[in-house]
Amino acid sequence: MTASGLRARLVVTRPAFRLDVSFEAAPGEVVALLGPNGAGKTTALRALAGLTGLAEEGHITLDGRPLHTEPPDRRPIGMVFQDYLLFPHLSALDNVAFGPRCRGASKAEARRVAADLLERVGLAAHAAAKPRRLSGGQAQRVALARALAVRPRLLLLDEPLAALDAHTRLEIRSRLRRDLAGFDGATVLVTHDPLDAMVLADRLVVVEDGAVVQQGEPAEVARRPRTDYVARLVGLNLYRGTGDGVRVKVGELLFSTIEQVDGPAFVAFSPAAGALYRTRPDGSPRNLWQAAVEGVERHGDNVRVHLGGPIAAFVDITPAALADLDLSPGRQVWAAVKATETHAYPA
Amino acid sequence: MTTTSPTGPARGGGRVVAGRLPWVLVVPALLGLAFLVLPLAGLLIRAPWPTLLQRLAEPQVLEALRLSLVTATIATAVCLLLGVPLAWLLARVDLPGRRVVRALVTVPLVLPPVVGGVALLLVLGRRGLVGQWLESAFGVTLPFTTAGVVVAEAFVAMPFLVISVEGALRAADQRYEEAAATLGASRWTVFRRVTLPLVAPGIVAGAVLCWARALGEFGATITFAGNFPGTTRTMPLAVYLALETEPEAAIVLSLVLLAVSVVILASLRDRWVNAA
Amino acid sequence: MRRLLLTVLAAALVLAGCGAEPSGAGGKVTVFAAASLTESFTRLGEAFEAAHPGTAVTFNFGSSATLAQQIVQGAPADVFAAASPATMRTVTDASLADEPVTFARNKLEIAVPAGNPANVRVLADLADPGVKVALCAEQVPCGAAAAQALEAAGVRLTPVTLEQDVKATLTKVRLGEVDAALVYRTDVPAAGGEVLGIPFPEADRAVNDYPIVVLGDAPAGDLARRFVELVLSPQGKDVLAKAGFEAP
Repeated sequence: MTASGLRARLVVTRPAFRLDVSFEAAPGEVVALLGPNGAGKTTALRALAGLTGLAEEGHITLDGRPLHTEPPDRRPIGMVFQDYLLFPHLSALDNVAFGPRCRGASKAEARRVAADLLERVGLAAHAAAKPRRLSGGQAQRVALARALAVRPRLLLLDEPLAALDAHTRLEIRSRLRRDLAGFDGATVLVTHDPLDAMVLADRLVVVEDGAVVQQGEPAEVARRPRTDYVARLVGLNLYRGTGDGVRVKVGELLFSTIEQVDGPAFVAFSPAAGALYRTRPDGSPRNLWQAAVEGVERHGDNVRVHLGGPIAAFVDITPAALADLDLSPGRQVWAAVKATETHAYPA
Repeated sequence: MTTTSPTGPARGGGRVVAGRLPWVLVVPALLGLAFLVLPLAGLLIRAPWPTLLQRLAEPQVLEALRLSLVTATIATAVCLLLGVPLAWLLARVDLPGRRVVRALVTVPLVLPPVVGGVALLLVLGRRGLVGQWLESAFGVTLPFTTAGVVVAEAFVAMPFLVISVEGALRAADQRYEEAAATLGASRWTVFRRVTLPLVAPGIVAGAVLCWARALGEFGATITFAGNFPGTTRTMPLAVYLALETEPEAAIVLSLVLLAVSVVILASLRDRWVNAA
Repeated sequence: MRRLLLTVLAAALVLAGCGAEPSGAGGKVTVFAAASLTESFTRLGEAFEAAHPGTAVTFNFGSSATLAQQIVQGAPADVFAAASPATMRTVTDASLADEPVTFARNKLEIAVPAGNPANVRVLADLADPGVKVALCAEQVPCGAAAAQALEAAGVRLTPVTLEQDVKATLTKVRLGEVDAALVYRTDVPAAGGEVLGIPFPEADRAVNDYPIVVLGDAPAGDLARRFVELVLSPQGKDVLAKAGFEAP
């Protein structure tokens, strides 16, 4: 195991909540803590920054040095807060120069560093502007420049895109991705948005109820979710069952798959892979079951049908199919999914 | 006053139509205003206008006014120097018994100022716990000196500043201070470069209140610092003494005090409080 | 809602009416008296109430000048006893009273804290720059008397403070904040053992006459006159003499 980068076990105990997560981040690697609201992601980030105290069992090591024994102002970190928290009384330039100044640089030196960084994020023209004159995207860029100005070894980003509108978000997300690629330290970013996580992170750490439930590369997590929350995030139907060769028993149903798995197993398939029929279809071997329509909603260009019955599932169909099937809540239908469209993997 | 039209509220016309003002609020509000303003009107009506200028030019009046302005300003400076850190301590540091400390800070607010003056004498007087030592060690005595006036005024006025600044500190978003800490700022740097600028409006408001209270201070001053023209006789003391024999002179002095404070407070508000 | 407001207004009017009720009703006498009379008049008030069962004497002690101003502004007083003819004149000039009668005299004494730290013995000692002196302000009777006595003695001094009444002056001595003060001799025993009185001959040149008067529109005219009679009676003279006052 290499000594460089971040290794952390973050334990924080509150009256009705306990956070206990362990993860690592190599230099140059971007790790996203992904999870629902209240899962403890922000608490974890604050613990890394030293703004929230760690319990006895917790520890943080950065490049081989213990970090948890240092107060926040002595940690080699840069943090971008959710609503950026640019100091309202300082110009963009002075906001960025604040960190270098605190870490001993002369006023002129600090301003030079700040001007360089603003130039790099494309905001040299706004150096003299007060934060309230900056747009959301600009403020985010200044906040990032401010965090990078102290030459941190660990960069922390708390929901860096949450405060932006949809349009700005798209542009800033790709800029942020490039900036993070250029940063040679470890980065930990917190988000509840799977798209942000997929685009920005090299590795996902999914946190639910204060614990890590799954971690891995974004593609791996997206393909093989291990909790309902992750499955919903990545838009898959997920079931837990028992594998026996290329079959997985989920409740009363027996799923045929193409992957070999024995013992406790997951089965996942995309809503788009499902099909619905008014009457029992004949022919090819399929996973087939009878279900009740519970609801119908728009989903992009298609229609998403919520199904009850032996298993709960989402199935996406075209509006034309919806008209043909004449679906309304309570109606009985046949649902089918091809074995080649399912994934089975050990639980 | 804007009222709704009997045919119903206007829709989409771009004009905001407010409901009728509730007289349950308006009547007491106007009564309250009258209650505060009428005594001032009484002063204005009974003022001896023909002799006003002549009375104002009297050296004792100018002397008392100058003394009042100087001592109130120094007292405010003292309050800022001691009160802002105290407010910070109350708002930001987890002291044991913080609630008790906060209650103690407000004591001068409820204590009759004359009692405050006696208390100051018992501590800082010639035979007081601290005063005794001040005199033997440094030859300093506070009673009957202008410094004593400043002490009395600061004692009575400081709670106004502390309460106001503490409120501003509690209302301020502490995450700015956390952001500063992650950038490497020590607690002192955080206070100086982030906290202070953020709560500046609250500090100015508190200082204005504090100054106004110091300017009007009477009871603690006359008890602790005594009453002698030029050294300790501030405007309120001059007013009180004038009341004994010449109520008209007292009215004139009061009007001067009133005018000066209104002018200064109004200009401060425009320049600082609203700008923030 | 309207009814509620009317009720509140009515209640306010009733309360206001109560406040304006004449204080003399129900056998009550209200006496405004100089602060130096506090002890002796309190005793006389008790004697009066004992002699006239069912009556009550209410006192308002304070600086004579302040009391005079309050009476001129319409304070509900039946009797006014002042520490100087000058303050009494404020009231009589406003034709609020008949001819006042002098019922007692008071003289000044030098008051020093117990132990006499500055070793003051005669009036001239007060002029020593090392001696801190408190006087009454000249606007109030004890201050006027002090100025008169000092002038008669040819003593010039700079006090550290000019207090607004004799009790405040005495307090500064009690607390040891000043080394000496000029107060009425009647106030010295009132301060108990904490203050020592030193008589001085020049005090005879600044004797204060204490006038008393029944106010013209006294709500309790008859009772008020009987209270003044008690003050002037041998019993009243006795109480005043015990407090250190001289007979006129």
